Amino acid sequence: MKIVLDHLTKKFPSRNKKERSEVTAVGDFCFEIPDGKLVGLLGPSGCGKSTTLNLICGLLKPTEGKIFFGDDDVTNLPPEHRGVGLVFQNYALYPHLTVRKNIQFPLENLRGEAKLTREEMDGRVYAAAKLVQIEGLMERKPSELSGGQQQRVAIARALVKMPKVLLLDEPLSNLDARLRLQTREEIRRIQKETKITTIFVTHDQDEAMSISDLIVVMKDGFVQQIGRPQDVYDDPVNLFVAKFLGTPPINVFDGSVKDGRLYIGDDAVLQVDGVPDRNVHIGVRPEGFLLREDGPLHCRMGRLEVMGRDVSVVSTHPGCQSDTIRSIIPAESNINTTSDIVRFALKPGKVFLFDRVTEARISFDVRA
Amino acid sequence: MEKQNFKGWLYLIPAILFLGAFMIYPLIDVFIYSFEEGYNSASQTYLGTGGYNYSYVLRDPYFLQALKNTFILVIITVPVSTILALLISIGLSSVKPLRNLFQTVYFLPYVTNTLAVGLVFMILFKKTPYSDGLVNLLINAFGGSSVDFIDGPYWAKMFVLCFYTVWVVMPFKILILTSALASVNQVYYNAARVDGTGSFRIFRKITVPMISPTIFYLVITGFIGAFKAYSDAVALFGTDLNAAEMNTIVGYVYDMLYGDSGGYPSYASAAAILLFAIVLTITCINLLVSRKHVHYTG
Ligand SMILES: Nc1ncnc2c1ncn2[C@@H]1O[C@H](COP(=O)(O)OP(=O)(O)O)[C@@H](O)[C@H]1O
Ligand SMILES: [Mg+2]
Repeated sequence: MKIVLDHLTKKFPSRNKKERSEVTAVGDFCFEIPDGKLVGLLGPSGCGKSTTLNLICGLLKPTEGKIFFGDDDVTNLPPEHRGVGLVFQNYALYPHLTVRKNIQFPLENLRGEAKLTREEMDGRVYAAAKLVQIEGLMERKPSELSGGQQQRVAIARALVKMPKVLLLDEPLSNLDARLRLQTREEIRRIQKETKITTIFVTHDQDEAMSISDLIVVMKDGFVQQIGRPQDVYDDPVNLFVAKFLGTPPINVFDGSVKDGRLYIGDDAVLQVDGVPDRNVHIGVRPEGFLLREDGPLHCRMGRLEVMGRDVSVVSTHPGCQSDTIRSIIPAESNINTTSDIVRFALKPGKVFLFDRVTEARISFDVRA
Repeated sequence: MEKQNFKGWLYLIPAILFLGAFMIYPLIDVFIYSFEEGYNSASQTYLGTGGYNYSYVLRDPYFLQALKNTFILVIITVPVSTILALLISIGLSSVKPLRNLFQTVYFLPYVTNTLAVGLVFMILFKKTPYSDGLVNLLINAFGGSSVDFIDGPYWAKMFVLCFYTVWVVMPFKILILTSALASVNQVYYNAARVDGTGSFRIFRKITVPMISPTIFYLVITGFIGAFKAYSDAVALFGTDLNAAEMNTIVGYVYDMLYGDSGGYPSYASAAAILLFAIVLTITCINLLVSRKHVHYTG
């Protein structure tokens, strides 16, 4: 089922009583989530991701805007009638119930025609448990489970009523790094198997990029960019999105455009056509650096970090906003570590220009 | 390990000494008294040992009356006060405006002196030459005839005693239960709502289990408190409780020691030990029942 968010807005009254201002947790969110897709909702802490999920599941009422499930307007429907599955950040498993009872809980709420027999219930519970591979833990209490197992139980509980929409609020943030990798694959697999329209909230760009069909990048309650993960990475609309995606993060320089040439300090690093003379921020992805004896960008050599397949060159430049520049080059490259200066050429496709004030992207033509 | 044990005991010594001197020793003493037959308090001598004191007490109609009163009081007031307190606490937790005001109002009886509360109940229930009491005025307004709640039929007096007891014990229960309710994480309610749970089922399947340790605590202390009731009856019916048929076990013990018919420490001890045995049994049953129904979660 597709989900349509139509100018969705949520404002909270300010906690500061003297100021009558409001906090806009979600502002004017418009988006149509296609049926059966996994959408990653991505942004730093406090940007309104949980609020968006709570609006979709009905725990919060929007200040303005509408929500549609398919063609039905559900804006004023209470959560108990929306039929969404929600996995909470800290799982919210009922501590006094066994795993089986926890998973069964939503089924016992069904009334009237939807009411299930004992056997049907057992079957559904078993199927959900099998999907997340916890059949062996059914009689345990949540406190007797590891974080990863609890998380699976929470997913099983959300899936058992076969919701048309599955919402996951930072489901992996309580897991250790290895389990996180494993479980995100698991979530992807389950989503593919069940084809449930899923919204996956995370502040970890790696997580969102790796499993989402589409990502939505948010900042301070407002959507910055929506698109396929690779597209957003390759074509960020502003400096925030460019900085938020990618590990290691993008390198940002202060620079300027003069006569169709892009300058970082005194180094003319690139031909950029179609941009009037102005000061800009320049973002260069770590993989956008090419080691060249005669490269235009002169950096002071810091150190080398060998990472097996690649080598990470850590250097400095006065025009760079951060202390160090991190560039990734193939391990085979010949690097003269004795020299003080390391020289780079830049790959035009990995270089982005942004307005100094609005931080919006400035496009340029690359001369062949 | 050894050393830690030693330290632990060291910390416990003050409490053990205190409890030993003021609880264990008197308890043993009472136990011994209760088996000394024909004790004479003037000469501090007794004739022999045996179970006579118990058989006397158990055949004493005043004791049987007190036993019956106490049991009725316990069986009515503990469930009624706990359930009422639970309902009121849930009401209190769901109102936002004026919650603190309501909380204070409900807590007032707790900080009010028992005898002062008794006085209020007199005004409500007592028949005087000038007035039949507020409650009777109400009954009359609905077309009923006046009932003498203080000096009248047994059931009317028992009703007032139960009403009074419930009223006195409720504030504490409400206080404890509202804080227990407030400590239940909202996320469980959210989870249940998203899963389509009706509000009564949320109450039964989530709220009650989550606060079950608190409810259990209130039931246990409620039972014990009700079994030890005495001052409430005095506040309502005066000190001659036997005549009013409103005596309780503790009242009986007191009367046997200091009352007009008193001076029988052996009978008083036997009655006290019987009460102790009853409370112990009930508490053990409570503990057994709780194993199944109380959920302790870290
Ligand atoms: N109940 C609330 N009352 C007031 N402000 C809130 C409330 N819930 C969230 N906010 C504010 O809304 C913003 C977004 O919060 P949230 O959606 O929880 O962010 P995220 O999940 O992305 O970390 C934050 O600034 C937060 O302080
Ligand atoms: Mg959040």
